[in-house]
Amino acid sequence: MRLRGLMQARTGGLLALALVIAVLPLALPNNFYYQVAVLVGLNAIVCVGLNLLIGYAGQISLGHAGFFGLGAYASAVLTAKFGWPAPLALVAGATGVALLAFVLARPILRLKGHYLAMATLGMGIIISIVINQEIPLTGGPDGMPVPGFALFGLRLTGDRTWYWIVGGLLLLSVWLSLNLIESPVGRAFRALHGSEVAAETVGIDTARFKVLAFVVSAVFAAVAGSAFAHFAGFVTPVEAQFLRSIEFVTMVVFGGMASVFGAVVGAAVLTALPQILTAFHDYEMIALGVVLIGTMILMPRGMLPSLAALTRRWMR
Amino acid sequence: MSMLSVDRLRKEFGGVQAVVEVSFAIEAGRIHSIIGPNGAGKTTLFNLVNGLYAPSGGRVSFLGCDVTGLRPYELAARGMARTFQNLQVFFNMSALENVMVGCHLKSDTRLLPSMLGWPSIARGDRATRARAVELLHEVGLDAWVDADAAAMPYGALKRLEIARALAAEPKLLLLDEPAAGLNPTETREIDRLIQRVAAAGVTVLLVEHDMRLVMDVSDRIIVLNFGRKLAEGTAQEVRRNPEVIAAYLGTAAAQGAGSRHA
Amino acid sequence: MSSQFVQFLIAGINAGAIYALIALGFAIIYNASHVINFAQGEFVMLGGMMTVFLLALGMPLPIAVLLAIAATAVAGMVLEKLAIEPARGASVVTLIIITIGASILLRGLVQVAMGRNFHRVPPFTGDDPIPVLGAALLPQNLWVCGVTVLAVLALRWFFTRTMWGKAILATSHNRLAAELVGINVRLVMLVSFGLSGALGALAGVLIAPITLTHANVGIMLGLKGFCAAILGGLGNFPGAVAGGLVLGLAEAMAAGYLSSQYKDAVAFVLILAVLFFLPGGLMGRGSTERV
Ligand SMILES: Nc1ncnc2c1ncn2[C@@H]1O[C@H](COP(=O)(O)OP(=O)(O)O)[C@@H](O)[C@H]1O
Ligand SMILES: [Mg+2]
Repeated sequence: MRLRGLMQARTGGLLALALVIAVLPLALPNNFYYQVAVLVGLNAIVCVGLNLLIGYAGQISLGHAGFFGLGAYASAVLTAKFGWPAPLALVAGATGVALLAFVLARPILRLKGHYLAMATLGMGIIISIVINQEIPLTGGPDGMPVPGFALFGLRLTGDRTWYWIVGGLLLLSVWLSLNLIESPVGRAFRALHGSEVAAETVGIDTARFKVLAFVVSAVFAAVAGSAFAHFAGFVTPVEAQFLRSIEFVTMVVFGGMASVFGAVVGAAVLTALPQILTAFHDYEMIALGVVLIGTMILMPRGMLPSLAALTRRWMR
Repeated sequence: MSMLSVDRLRKEFGGVQAVVEVSFAIEAGRIHSIIGPNGAGKTTLFNLVNGLYAPSGGRVSFLGCDVTGLRPYELAARGMARTFQNLQVFFNMSALENVMVGCHLKSDTRLLPSMLGWPSIARGDRATRARAVELLHEVGLDAWVDADAAAMPYGALKRLEIARALAAEPKLLLLDEPAAGLNPTETREIDRLIQRVAAAGVTVLLVEHDMRLVMDVSDRIIVLNFGRKLAEGTAQEVRRNPEVIAAYLGTAAAQGAGSRHA
Repeated sequence: MSSQFVQFLIAGINAGAIYALIALGFAIIYNASHVINFAQGEFVMLGGMMTVFLLALGMPLPIAVLLAIAATAVAGMVLEKLAIEPARGASVVTLIIITIGASILLRGLVQVAMGRNFHRVPPFTGDDPIPVLGAALLPQNLWVCGVTVLAVLALRWFFTRTMWGKAILATSHNRLAAELVGINVRLVMLVSFGLSGALGALAGVLIAPITLTHANVGIMLGLKGFCAAILGGLGNFPGAVAGGLVLGLAEAMAAGYLSSQYKDAVAFVLILAVLFFLPGGLMGRGSTERV
């Protein structure tokens, strides 16, 4: 039955992801590749969260880099300038972002389609401009250094350590969002994607569930941002920039909307690709543009769903 | 106390007066019908009653409470469910999931337990799933349980909407042209289904174009024309009302079955 | 009136005219295809950069400007033909990603061809400021306003008087009906993208002598043009012009009297404030969704 198939796909997917994370180091020749892998993981966490909003609840956001940036700067500022312990700064950042997202969500998510795109975009840009301009606090466009992450007196340093931490965080995020998707809450998300009118008439407070999806996805982004700040040891406003928001959305759509593992695949491909393309130097952007356009034309539903459909057709 | 009462309800769209000063009351435990030619304002009336549209004037009360201006989900929580003339199915889900969404009001939607995958959530979901399968059986969709809604034929989708509406265990069920576009056999099945639902104690308010269906199943009929209430009474009374004959039956007879799809 | 205020007014109208042109580009494409073209800012960039390129080849300024506009119009049509048309029927988000891909591609191409440096386009008719009520008005400011007014009038004529303009409007109202009465909808799309490209390039060429131009100049200009288009109600032509002017003026006044650091944020704060209270933009008509 479909139900059992789903369960298998879910635990199977989780196991497969854990396996990939576990054996990938065998294929990583040096620290540079570990760094790329960590960046993949962090982007994937953001995308898994963002996919709840875009892929499942059907609400676009072009401003999630703002939340990523706020998480990163909360950790940076609170630890570097106020001497807070890193875990506390992370929690404070995530809580602050959750509150901000909660306050903004209701008026913003009343909007639909392109108006929603505009409002989320504006929100993200305002956040990034604030980070840019509050120089005494954030160091402005030059960025600021971030102390290492210490947990119970244990300092987390080195790309390999971070690899395992981010790998664990990614597994956790995937597990949390799989749970959510298969609960009544997840069904409510998908219902408002399918038909808001019908969702309302069966008793779903659509405004409440949109806010919920928005807040949850914002918190995923904030936590990833905090981890990024400590991992990189330095943050700049680039992390909160509009283009970064676009990157996140692109990863989600590229990998496959409404597919948790698709979001992971999208983040992996689009994070690793530019690193590989730097070999082509100036042609990097050209190649990236062509890949984006080509993939979206050939696989409008994203890589993972399209490839899955293809293999299913083959199997028959 | 009446189940639903509507007092001088009005709705304008720009210059169009879709519903004009309509008043009526509906008692519990019966099948009531609203008939009227195309564009008479039947669907708009449903949208007003169910809270999708804000009225330009007038009041709606449900189970003795004034519910004017409440949102559809609030009315759903009070026991009002509906189906749509132009399908509003969740095409991104399976038939089963569509009905499971219908059980939303009785589901546990706390965020943290859901994310952490608490066993109680899974248990609740199993019960919901069983109930949804049962409802699909009741409307005769056993064959489509696991089908993607997007792959189902029109007639099955009409019944899927009924199953989804019933999943909320409503006290009042609004059905907007449930037989539109169906063939005579399917129409008869819907007819029987509606009677079963009513027999189970759900009050039904039916908008229908198919005259035969309406005359057969309804205890009371309200006739709308150009947004106004033209007549109200039993099938016999309405059939004999000369204004109704002129406004509706006359045109329907002239137009034949062609108007049923609108 | 203080001379300072006049100076801000000049800056505001100048920027507003540019935003209006960009917003019109958004509106035209949106009307024809319901696509938000995130590459609209790159049209602006192409206009300026292409002029720089052609000038370097030794062409006289007027020829370079006209050629740059024409070339960008062609670029717009190529974008439609190669990226938008093959993806017809895709979801809104997918289409957004495609235009974002196009924008990255265009920026990449220009960077490869011309590097990442800032470039200057000479003003059309000298740069001796004209004193006006104690403020300085550049001749190029007059060009910006004059040409924008002419462009708006020309568009008005195009959409109300010509067969092509009416065909585009008909398509925007009801694509299927337009097809049924024999309008070639694919050609309409092509023309719309060409027209938007030309408008964007025009904005880019007009502003380049005042602000300099570079490969990434289109990002912010495009976003603010989008703001202006939304402010006026998406797809509404007079709204786009009004939105552009409101935005330009608000930005100039806020930068002058409140905080010049937060100048770039003004557009977005304004748009959020407006959307919070008027979810359909300043000139959006409220309508009830039909179910
Ligand atoms: N959302 C809407 N916007 C504008 N006009 C509407 C809307 N809904 C219905 N109408 C108009 O109201 C009138 C009544 O329509 P409707 O209620 O659908 O009639 P019926 O269901 O009886 O066929 C029609 O003239 C219709 O065009
Ligand atoms: Mg109707």
